[in-house]
Amino acid sequence: MTADSMPAVAQDARGLEFVSLSLSLHGDRLIGPMSLSIAPGEIVTVMGPSGSGKSTLLAFACGTLDPAFVADGKVLLSGIDVTHLPPEERRMGILFQDDLLFPHLSVGENLAFGLPRGLALEERRARVASALADADLETFAERDPATLSGGQRARIALLRTLAAEPRALLLDEPFSKLDARLRDRIRRFVFGHAMRKSLPTLLVTHDPADAAAAGGAVIEIGPTLDDETPQGETDREPDPSLGKLAPAIE
Amino acid sequence: MLRWIPALTLTLFLVPVAAGLVGTVLPSFGLMPALGGTVFSLDPWRELAAWPGIGTSVRLSITTGLAATAISLSVVLAFCSTCHGTQLFGTLRRLISPLLSVPHVAVAIGLAYLITPSGWIVRAVSPWATGWELPPDLATAPDPYGLSYIAALVVKEVPFLLLMTIAALGQTRANATLAIGRSLGYGPATAWFKTVLPLVYPQIRLPVLAVLAFSTSAVDVALILAPNTPPPLAPLVLRWFNDPDLTRQFLAAAGASLQFAVVILAAALWHLLERIVARLGRRWTTGGSRGRGGAAGRKISVTVMTVAICSGFLSLVGMATWSFARRWRYPDPLPSEWTLTNWTQQADSLLWPLWTTVSVGLAAAVIALALVLGCLENEQRYGLQPTTRALWLLYTPLLVPQVAFLFGGQVLLSWMGVAGTWPALVWSHLLFVLPYIFLSLTDPFRTLDERYVRSALCLGATPSRIFWQVKMPMLLRPVLVALAVGFAVSVGQYLPTVFAGGGRYITLTTEAVSLAAGADRRVIGVYVFLQAALPFVAFVVALGLPAWLYRDRRALRVAQ
Repeated sequence: MTADSMPAVAQDARGLEFVSLSLSLHGDRLIGPMSLSIAPGEIVTVMGPSGSGKSTLLAFACGTLDPAFVADGKVLLSGIDVTHLPPEERRMGILFQDDLLFPHLSVGENLAFGLPRGLALEERRARVASALADADLETFAERDPATLSGGQRARIALLRTLAAEPRALLLDEPFSKLDARLRDRIRRFVFGHAMRKSLPTLLVTHDPADAAAAGGAVIEIGPTLDDETPQGETDREPDPSLGKLAPAIE
Repeated sequence: MLRWIPALTLTLFLVPVAAGLVGTVLPSFGLMPALGGTVFSLDPWRELAAWPGIGTSVRLSITTGLAATAISLSVVLAFCSTCHGTQLFGTLRRLISPLLSVPHVAVAIGLAYLITPSGWIVRAVSPWATGWELPPDLATAPDPYGLSYIAALVVKEVPFLLLMTIAALGQTRANATLAIGRSLGYGPATAWFKTVLPLVYPQIRLPVLAVLAFSTSAVDVALILAPNTPPPLAPLVLRWFNDPDLTRQFLAAAGASLQFAVVILAAALWHLLERIVARLGRRWTTGGSRGRGGAAGRKISVTVMTVAICSGFLSLVGMATWSFARRWRYPDPLPSEWTLTNWTQQADSLLWPLWTTVSVGLAAAVIALALVLGCLENEQRYGLQPTTRALWLLYTPLLVPQVAFLFGGQVLLSWMGVAGTWPALVWSHLLFVLPYIFLSLTDPFRTLDERYVRSALCLGATPSRIFWQVKMPMLLRPVLVALAVGFAVSVGQYLPTVFAGGGRYITLTTEAVSLAAGADRRVIGVYVFLQAALPFVAFVVALGLPAWLYRDRRALRVAQ
């Protein structure tokens, strides 16, 4: 028996895998069935128009899928099936369009929030300091996140995610709200960290430039029609996976 | 444990109402073993029907209730339609929570002294304009037609309806709808009534019904300002309950059941009115009339709103002034001699009701807050969808007239052996505190960007850590405001205190109502002022504490 006859994926240090995944809402198939395997240090980009289910895919991966969706299939992280684990035990780091730094905590406290339990106080302080140094924001520990620039906030958001020592990185259009000048720098910052930490990374976006910068495989999902948002919708992307439901007062 | 909270809440909440209703209806048919009533009989109802003036009482309840509701709603809608999107609208929006917190008993007593023949309004224009060297011999508070009673109800209900309308506006696409209407050539107010109101009204229907139910069955305000020969039904029923002749309890139970029917009848009449207005409105909406700029309409609606709010405010200032007056003779606009002795003399007798008011208010507000947060967190954690039915359940204690279930509720409390105890008092307040806390906290809780929670989950934080370390700090302001609202509602309760307290517990509110019947104005001033000051202090803390804690957190500094 030779090494060649073994499936190539199985020999890898396993990354993030989706196995025969399909997602549907009210009987309409949004995604799949599809299988996808992302090796450590690899960046896979999923592209598709708004409402095509990109964000739903990420919600499934981190375990925050709205119960209205029906999911079939598995998600594996480092070879472990995490499909039925609660989100906080999966160790999937995620970045959204908005940085979502907690407004009630200082910059340093936001980073500390991400750190795992059980570290000694000294160690926590050191890690916060090194994350701040990494972001070139050494003196910013006590600052209010609201006083930071967009680029600074984006960097802190990534470092907060990495502070939790994730085993995979999910990126939900994290660059789309940055202005063009910053976008490239933050992309390099994020991708660079993902590579250095050997994280399997899944990027969803509708910006081809993101995909090009990621440099990895690109998967297109959803209808190919480029009809972005239906008329009459607000500029905010309707994202049913958020599960934010206005009280149904009739 | 979290999963049990909604069920626990509903139990605490609906069992007393349901049991209370049963415990009221049974004695009305002669069934009340504790008083020897073991045989079914229609005698209580016969006695009720034969009571002199009962027809007038019922009619008075219905007419004043419908009038107060219609006027309150008109004032609010006129204001919203003419001032939508203006700075004034924003200002009022910020004042709304403190306004809502003013206890209605304080307003009613203050209003009575404002419009009485020797009150501030007459003093302001006498004798130079009116020639009245002595207070004129007029019955103004209460007046024979129930006008001052209706006025007090309107002053109380306007802030509540305004708050609910603003919340409903936030859930509709009012601005876009209005913009379309305007672009089609409609005047602002006309466009509002034709396009926005149809979206908003279905959402404020429940609050409007709650207002109708309260106005048709109010006891405390009626005791102070309603005509009393004969009085409306609700205070009459209370008089029977308090009658030393225990056989009157059966009559009282029949009266309380009738009160329930009266509220249902009023709601049916209101529903009929809604349909008529809707039919006429449809014709008007599609008829093409564009309306004009509406400057005059705006002036009128702003004036009316200002009068409604200022009279509430002036009422309180008037009572505060009385509490510091030594000599204040007619027609002096202000006391000629000031003093603190009203306060020092009352200090001893104030202490006990003050303690009861504060302790019950805090306990009821904190328990209700915990239950509401538990329900909301449960709903969010397990992705449950709130339903319309749940909202109706929530409104139950506000829709069923208090006299109709508190009497039976007292029977339940006696059976449990807790009647007239502090926990029973807290429980009875909880029924009314809970809906308000729920109403004021639901929106902020549900609209907190859920991605904060998702980010925190993906950072490995457990749901309970997220609740305490992310949601609570971010929602500190609305949580404290909800607590203050709940405290204010408890401070204002009259009837629940009378029933559940079993006469053993008195609060500032019950004292104020019983003093209003004829004590020294300066003493009443002390009670009313203190009663109104408590919720105000709660609001100062609720708004000030987060502002201070988050003074260095720009994103949490609320613009409003």
